[in-house]
Amino acid sequence: MSSRRIFARPARFAAIAPYLWMMLFFLVPFAFVLKISLSQTAIAQPPYDPVFDLTAGWDALKTALAALSIDNFRLLISDDIYVFAYVRSLTVAVTATALLLLIGYPIAYGMARLPKSWQAVAMVLVIVPFWTSFLIRIYAWINILQHDGLLNQILLALHLVSQPVVWLSTDSAMYIGIVYSYLPFMILPLYATLAKMEPALEEAAGDLGAPPWQVFWLVTFPLSLPGVGAGVLLCFIPIVGEFVIPDLLAGSNALMIGQTLWLEFFTNKDWPVASAAAIVLLVVLLVPLLLYERLQKRQLEQGR
Amino acid sequence: MTDELPRTDVTANAAAGDTPPAAGQPLLRIEGVAKTFGTFRAVDSVSLDIKAGEFFALLGPSGCGKTTLLRMLAGFEAPDEGRILLGGKDIAQALPHQRPVNMMFQNYALFPHLSVRDNIAFGLKRAGLVRADIATRVAEMVALVKLEGLEKRKPDHLSGGQRQRVALARALARRPQLLLLDEPLAALDKKLRESTQAELMELQRRLGTTFIIVTHDQEEAMTMASRIGVMKSGKLAQVAAPRELYEAPRSRWIAEFVGDVNVFDGEFKLRDGHRLVIATRDAGTLVTAEPREPVGETKLSVAIRPEKVKLSRRGPVSEAGREMAINSLDGVIADICYLGGTTTYKVKLDAGGTMQASVVNSARLDVDAYSVNQNVVAWFTPDDCVVLQS
Repeated sequence: MSSRRIFARPARFAAIAPYLWMMLFFLVPFAFVLKISLSQTAIAQPPYDPVFDLTAGWDALKTALAALSIDNFRLLISDDIYVFAYVRSLTVAVTATALLLLIGYPIAYGMARLPKSWQAVAMVLVIVPFWTSFLIRIYAWINILQHDGLLNQILLALHLVSQPVVWLSTDSAMYIGIVYSYLPFMILPLYATLAKMEPALEEAAGDLGAPPWQVFWLVTFPLSLPGVGAGVLLCFIPIVGEFVIPDLLAGSNALMIGQTLWLEFFTNKDWPVASAAAIVLLVVLLVPLLLYERLQKRQLEQGR
Repeated sequence: MTDELPRTDVTANAAAGDTPPAAGQPLLRIEGVAKTFGTFRAVDSVSLDIKAGEFFALLGPSGCGKTTLLRMLAGFEAPDEGRILLGGKDIAQALPHQRPVNMMFQNYALFPHLSVRDNIAFGLKRAGLVRADIATRVAEMVALVKLEGLEKRKPDHLSGGQRQRVALARALARRPQLLLLDEPLAALDKKLRESTQAELMELQRRLGTTFIIVTHDQEEAMTMASRIGVMKSGKLAQVAAPRELYEAPRSRWIAEFVGDVNVFDGEFKLRDGHRLVIATRDAGTLVTAEPREPVGETKLSVAIRPEKVKLSRRGPVSEAGREMAINSLDGVIADICYLGGTTTYKVKLDAGGTMQASVVNSARLDVDAYSVNQNVVAWFTPDDCVVLQS
């Protein structure tokens, strides 16, 4: 029996354990969501129709299957609200990820060049915000950014502005919140790649006539690309689906897809449309993941 | 094969306005250079002249400052004191990319994301050569280090020996005035190391480039270098040609660091013409030649290399033999170490000490070979002795 052979050794089990985990906690829920996305909204409990009832027999199941349709997906494409929400989510995610890379790279580079004992300290400083709840930290930003908040007080004291600036409920506030929250996820993978890079490589580039900026662009940056890829993915994907930060810090005139999902689920009680929106989001997010994997595979093959 | 590379075309090095030094002038002059890390004085007032075309070795145990000195020549460390004159120009504070000096790194430091060709071309592109010239020069270098056919490989897909060649080609591609080699053969196995030593020497002779090699391996330094600087605790202990370093070491430490040696501590007794008589504690009274550099007439050491010590069953009897065997010490064989080409005998001297004698196994069947506990006479001439200040 093949199943017996699979479970014959703990090592074999360890190899399939991640797949079991994925089946149980990703594929099964995904099947539920997919099914709901193909259903119609109904004033009932649960709030959609048809409902599969395995006890009702084969014919009932066939009827239920026949009632499934892709109407919800048609709605997503035809209604501007959803298209705008997707476009805005992607725009915000691209902009925020670019900002994170621009801010995170110098920090990670600086950390990797610190004396060994100081690197541990810097590491703790990067991670220490996680000790406080994420929600509390975002509320703290509301405090800092409000009309008479810390930021405006500082700007006024430095005579950089003559009257308080409106920060809250703007895109600036949202970007501040996103960059602040996701910075560790950008810094840590970058730091890991930069710290293990052999210092002699940069010395060799300098020795061969490259001024410092060329050393960076021709050697350091290309060799840190795996870290850049990991950091970009770790930030980009959750930012696309981000709900809390735009909800608390950004204005309500343009919604991200996470907020739209929330509205459909909890305000409109339209589970099928919300599910369809979630499925489309998942497909959209698969694209950068697949691209990243293709790129990595090509890099491996190039070495051959 | 391009045996003689043209050395006239314009590179960044030549374009930087460096003129080769006038004849007789050293290419490189190191003047009172010092470097301190925290409280540790890694390099301590080193002064050294190196002529164009020399193959110079910096030899010393780990931590002696030889690598720090080399890194100051490359520009990775700035000296705290002193000047480094290359072709008469002080480069002590110049950045690495501003120096007509290239380095071959200990672990080669090849760029893993670039092919063999792009690794070699890296320095040429920085020098602003046109594309066609770069291609020609890369092809020359590839041929020079015999890497034809591997141009498109990435460093990860090369053997250790091939990587070493790429590193050498990359460092030589810019035709530096000075090539620095940091333990270039340390990562190779013994057989490959020996053949690579010969190739490096041949290459250096053909190109005429000045090489400075850092090594902790005294045989490697002896084999390759025309001059050796021995470093100890950040200072240059002695700078000499290999033969002089071996036969006329300036201190007991150098004598013991370079090769094997028997050393006997003693006191000056009397001077007899060109001979010194020294009473040693462990080997009786020894007669030595007058040392080249005058020594104080107090505590002295006598050093004799093991291969200078001859062994006999009895003392030599002929008139000539008696003259040569002025120093003859009775003893008994305590230990035998057979090394193939030579055998090292450890002789327990009746006077108290032990002495090593290295004998060439010149015959395949040696019926006269000594055995443990055999009584022997160990003898050597006054000229075989090196007198050292204790």
